[in-house]
Amino acid sequence: MTTPPIPASLATAPEPTPLPGRQTRAFDVWRGDASGGKFQRFDTTVAEGMVVLDAIHQIQAEQAPDLAVRWNCKAGKCGSCSAEINGMPKLMCMTRLNELATDKPITVEPMRAFPPVRDLVTDVSVNFRMKKSIRKFQPRPPDAPDGTWRMAQKDVDRVQEFRKCIECFLCQDVCHVLRDHHKHDEFAGPRHFVYAAALEMHPLDVGDRIPELKRQHGIGYCNITKCCTKVCPEHITITDNAIIPLKERVVDEFYDPLGKLVKIFSRRKST
Amino acid sequence: MAEYQTSEYDVLVIGAGGAGLRAAIEAATHGARVGLICKSLLGKAHTVMAEGGAAAAMGNVDDRDNWRVHFADTMRGGQYVNNWRMAELHAKEAPDRIRELEAWGALFDRTPDGRILQRNFGGHRYPRLAHVGDRTGLEMIRTLQDHTIHQAVDVHMEHTVIALFKDGDRVSGALAYDRERGRFHLFKARAIVLATGGVGRAFKITSNSWEYSGDGHSLAYHAGAALQDMEFVQFHPTGMVWPPSVRGILVTEGVRGEGGVLRNKQGKRFMFENIPENYRSQTADNEEEGWRYTQGDKNARRPPELLTRDHVARMIVREVKEGRGSPHGGVFLDISWIREKLKNSEEHIKKKLPSMYHQFMQLAGIDITKEPMEIGPTTHYIMGGVRVDGATQMSTVPGLFACGEVAAGLHGANRLGGNSLSDLLVFGRRAGEHAAAFAKGQGTPSVQNADVDAAVRDALAPFDRAVSADGPYQVQHALQETMQDLVGIVRREDEMQRALKTIGELQSRASRVGVAGNREYNPGWHTALDLRHLLTVSEAITRSALERKESRGGHFRDDYPEKSKDFGTFNIIIRRGSTGEMRLERQPIAPMPPELAAIIEEMK
Repeated sequence: MTTPPIPASLATAPEPTPLPGRQTRAFDVWRGDASGGKFQRFDTTVAEGMVVLDAIHQIQAEQAPDLAVRWNCKAGKCGSCSAEINGMPKLMCMTRLNELATDKPITVEPMRAFPPVRDLVTDVSVNFRMKKSIRKFQPRPPDAPDGTWRMAQKDVDRVQEFRKCIECFLCQDVCHVLRDHHKHDEFAGPRHFVYAAALEMHPLDVGDRIPELKRQHGIGYCNITKCCTKVCPEHITITDNAIIPLKERVVDEFYDPLGKLVKIFSRRKST
Repeated sequence: MAEYQTSEYDVLVIGAGGAGLRAAIEAATHGARVGLICKSLLGKAHTVMAEGGAAAAMGNVDDRDNWRVHFADTMRGGQYVNNWRMAELHAKEAPDRIRELEAWGALFDRTPDGRILQRNFGGHRYPRLAHVGDRTGLEMIRTLQDHTIHQAVDVHMEHTVIALFKDGDRVSGALAYDRERGRFHLFKARAIVLATGGVGRAFKITSNSWEYSGDGHSLAYHAGAALQDMEFVQFHPTGMVWPPSVRGILVTEGVRGEGGVLRNKQGKRFMFENIPENYRSQTADNEEEGWRYTQGDKNARRPPELLTRDHVARMIVREVKEGRGSPHGGVFLDISWIREKLKNSEEHIKKKLPSMYHQFMQLAGIDITKEPMEIGPTTHYIMGGVRVDGATQMSTVPGLFACGEVAAGLHGANRLGGNSLSDLLVFGRRAGEHAAAFAKGQGTPSVQNADVDAAVRDALAPFDRAVSADGPYQVQHALQETMQDLVGIVRREDEMQRALKTIGELQSRASRVGVAGNREYNPGWHTALDLRHLLTVSEAITRSALERKESRGGHFRDDYPEKSKDFGTFNIIIRRGSTGEMRLERQPIAPMPPELAAIIEEMK
C-alpha cells in the first residue's frame, strides 16, 4: 500500500467557525480491508458541537451499519479512535466539525502506518509486541521500613508528563521511520521512547535500557523532525523531553568513553 | 458442527479493566495458567476514564484516618444494605493495594514529605483518595497493564464473550467472538472470573462507553447465578450537558473536591438548602467553612457539594424541574470563582484538573479557569450485580467469580466516589487468588459440543434474518430512551410498569433484527448481540426497582419518598426461573458482628 503524505502544515488548524444550526455535510470515508478499498461518500446532518466520531456513528446507525470503527470512551481518554481526518492524524472523538474546512467533504481514513483490518480499523498489534520488549520497571529497595518510598513532586512531575500517554499511536502513525520506511521491527517509535523515558527517568527505577534503545529499538533512526510532538493529543513534548534526553544517554554511554570512565569512577565512590 | 478455535486455561478472566487485570496478575502469581479476555484493546477498558482517585485510609494527609473510619463511611454511603464483610475487607486492604501499585511503577501525586498525596471526596470524612491529577484511572490501568504483560497471562484482545457453559453445576467454559476476524473462540476453564464492568449503555445519558452493556451480569444470570441489588444505579451528579453530542461525559467530583461549587441560574448555592440528617453534623453550614475544608483545614467540615452522589444528583434535578436550571437543562459548576481566593488560580486549576480543562476547552469551547461549566446528572455506575461471597468473590455458581463493578455488595445502595478504584484492586486480587485455588481442585473442564453449536447458531442468527428499518441500533436506542425516561433518577410504579411492558416488546423486536455484511469487525452484528445483555439487565433493574417500595441511596421512588426500616433488612435477589422467567426474592442481610456494629455506632 502506498502511504499518503502528511500535510506540511501539521501544527496549524484553521480558526473554528460557528456551525449555524443543523446542516448537511459530506464525508468521504475509506472503506475496505487488507486487500484494498476506496472512499465512499456519505451525506449526513450535523449539529452544533458534533465531533467526527458522532458523524461516523450517525452514518453507521442510519446508512452503513457495518461501517467498522474502533472507539471506546468518546472523551479523549482511551486513545482508541485514532484516524486521519482531512489527512491529519487525530482522535475522531476530539475533532469538532467546526474546526474543519466547510468548502469540501471531510475525509476520514484509517491510520496509514498500520495494516488495515477493515474500514477505519487498523492492526496495531505491533505496538503491543514492541512494548513487551522494553525492560520492565525495576524499583530501588524501599526507602522506609514499612516498604514505601519517598519522592518529591518535582521529580514526579517530569515523568507524569510521559504517563499522560493514552496509547492512541498517532505519533507512531505520523513518524516517517514507520510510515514511509516501515521499520516497525527495528524501530520502537515515539510512543515507546516515551514509555522508555518514563521508566528511565522514574525516580525509583534502577533498570538500564540504554543499550537496547540503541541496538534493538533503533533510537538512532529518529532525526528529530518532531512530527510526533505535533500530533500528540495529550500535548506530550515527545521529542524534546523524551527522545532527545534518551539520545543523549545513548551518546554518553556509547560515544563518550572518557565520560563513561568518570561515571563508573564516581559511581564507585558514592557507594 | 460449528468451527471455532479452542483454548484451555486454569483461570479465565473476562474483562481487562482494573479488576480483571488485578485478578489475572494474582491468579498467575499463584501458578495458574491464565487467559485474559479484553472486549477492546488492552489498556482501553473503562477504568481508564476514572478521574478522581482511589480511596484508601493511608492517613498520609490526615492521620486521624484509618480503616475503621473508611468502613463506617462506606456503610453510611451505602445506607447499610452493603455486604459488611466486603466493606470491612475493602477498608482494611485498600492501603496495601495502593502501595503495591507504587511498587509496580505508578506515580501518584505527592505530599510535601514525599508520600502519596490524598484528596477530599464526597462522603469520605478525611482526605483519602490517592490520585494523579484527574487521570487516576489511566495511571492505574497502565500500571496494571504494564505489569501484566510480563506475567504468564495470555491476552486475547477484542474478544466478546457471548455465552458461558457449565459442566453439571460448575462453570466450565466461555464462547467468544474475535472482533477483528469474526471468528468464534471457545475457552475451557477450571474457573472463570467475571470482571466486565457495568450497564450504563442501557440508559441514554451515560458516562459509560459502548462496552458497558451488562455482559457479565447477563452471562452470570443466564448461567444460573444470583443477581443482587440491581435497582441501585448511580447517577453521577456532574456530567456535561452541552453541546448535545457530549451529553453525559463525566465531570470529575474532583472539581468539587478542589473547591468547585454548584449554583443555579440565580447564582445561589442551592446545596446548602437541604442537608440530610445523617450528614448534618459533618457538613459545613457556611461557604467560608466549606472553602477551608477543600484547602485542607482539619477543623472545617465539608461543603454540601461533597455530600453523596445520590443526594447531589437529586438536588440538581429539583433545581432544573423547578425552573432554576442553566440554559441547557443543567446547573452551573464553578471552579473559576477560586480566583477570589488564590492568586495563581488559573495555573492551580490546570495543574489539579488538567483533563477537565482540556475536555471543556476542546469539546465545549469553555475555559473552566474563567467561566462556570454547565452540568447535569449522568448514568455512571451500578452498585448491584452478581451476588458473591464477601471474601472469595465466588458467585452462587461454583467456579464462577465476579469482581469490580459487575459484583454486588461493597457499595450497598450508593457508592462513594473513589471506592471503585480501590474495589477493583482489593477484590480483583481476592477473586484471582480464590479462582486459582478453586481451579487447583478441579479436573479438566468439559464443554458439550452441542452447547457450543447452539450458542454459535444463536449468535449467527441475525445474519439469516432480513434486514429491516428496525435494526439493532433502533432497538438499542428505544431501550435507552425507555430506561432513561421511566427507570431513571426519579422512579414511579406506573412508569416502571410501562417500562417493563416496553422491555417485553423490545425483546421480541430484538429477536427479529437482521444484519448485513461480513463477520469481521461488524458493529451492526455486535450491537445485535449486545441487545440480549442490555435487555436482561434492564429488566432486572426495573423489576428490582418495582420491588423496593422505598427510597434509599441511588434508588429514589417519587411514590415512596421515604426510607423504610423494613426495606433496610434485606437485599433483592434475582434468579432465572426454571421456565426462563425472572424470579425475585428478598434475602435477609446477615447480622453484623458486634465489633463492626460498634464501629458504626461510634462513628454516627
